[in-house]
Amino acid sequence: MASVLRVNPTRMELTQMKRRLLTARRGHKLLKDKRDEMVRQFMLRIRDNIALRRQVEAELARAFGSFAMARALMEPGSLNQALLYPARQARLQVGRANILSVRVPTLTVDEDSLRESRLPYGLAETSAQLDGAIEAMAGALPQLLRLAEVEKTCAMLADEIQKTRRRVNALEHVMIPQFEETIRYISMKLDENERGNLTRLMKVKEMIKDRT
Amino acid sequence: MDDKVLLGAVGEKDAVLAFKAIGIKSMPAQTAQEVQAAIHRLYREGVRVIFITEAAARLAPDMIERFDNDPALSIIPVPGTAGTDGYGERRVRENVLKAIGSDLFLDNDRKEGN
Repeated sequence: MASVLRVNPTRMELTQMKRRLLTARRGHKLLKDKRDEMVRQFMLRIRDNIALRRQVEAELARAFGSFAMARALMEPGSLNQALLYPARQARLQVGRANILSVRVPTLTVDEDSLRESRLPYGLAETSAQLDGAIEAMAGALPQLLRLAEVEKTCAMLADEIQKTRRRVNALEHVMIPQFEETIRYISMKLDENERGNLTRLMKVKEMIKDRT
Repeated sequence: MDDKVLLGAVGEKDAVLAFKAIGIKSMPAQTAQEVQAAIHRLYREGVRVIFITEAAARLAPDMIERFDNDPALSIIPVPGTAGTDGYGERRVRENVLKAIGSDLFLDNDRKEGN
């Protein structure tokens, strides 16, 4: 049972409580709608997230596999040397999207940086496996970035959903019952006072009548 | 606020070398301190997306949690050279649990997938 708030049982407090109850109810409804919509948005993305993650994991495993092959076929020194200065620079645009006032990043890959397919080394001292490995990694990059975007969005949405759900529950199960209970308490107290006054008046009237 | 930004990678030497080959700023890290320092450094240098190998991510979970709510930096666990150990997927499942309150949805998904 909700406890009554500690307030003076006055008419002014009663009006104020009624106003607060109205606000709480409106806030509750709005937050509930927000939560429902956020869950919907989350569901839309989470399936994508899982599928992308599995896909990326598979692609990376393949790329790492060919990399291991290249490492095995080349001397560590010359491999490091070959990769010392990467010829391509992965560039991307970071923007902001707003999903129900959750600010999430959006990542757009710079197409030019993907088109550059130059290898960062001369072909004389490196093995052919390395070329393949780098191609595989570059091929996985767009998926990796999409995964980054979707996963971050999901994580932030999940956090916001949790917060909103707590707020909704607090309003529904604590604040609104408290206000209702307090309003009942104040109006009962006021009624009681009213009845007390009425009885007193009747009594006084009777006493005056008896005296005359 | 659109601007050109860099990508980063943190993890075992073998794995980050592969990232380095495609122009991702890579920092090899083996211990918890190294992982934390690497993430910090990349963040300071303006990196907005860090791919971290699952093994490295396990070393510094606090660090990753700290940036969970920061839209400026996304830390994404990816499998290392040894393949995935389920850390990344577990994080996704945790998000589902957090948002919906049950993991049923993912279980169904797994059954469909298999």
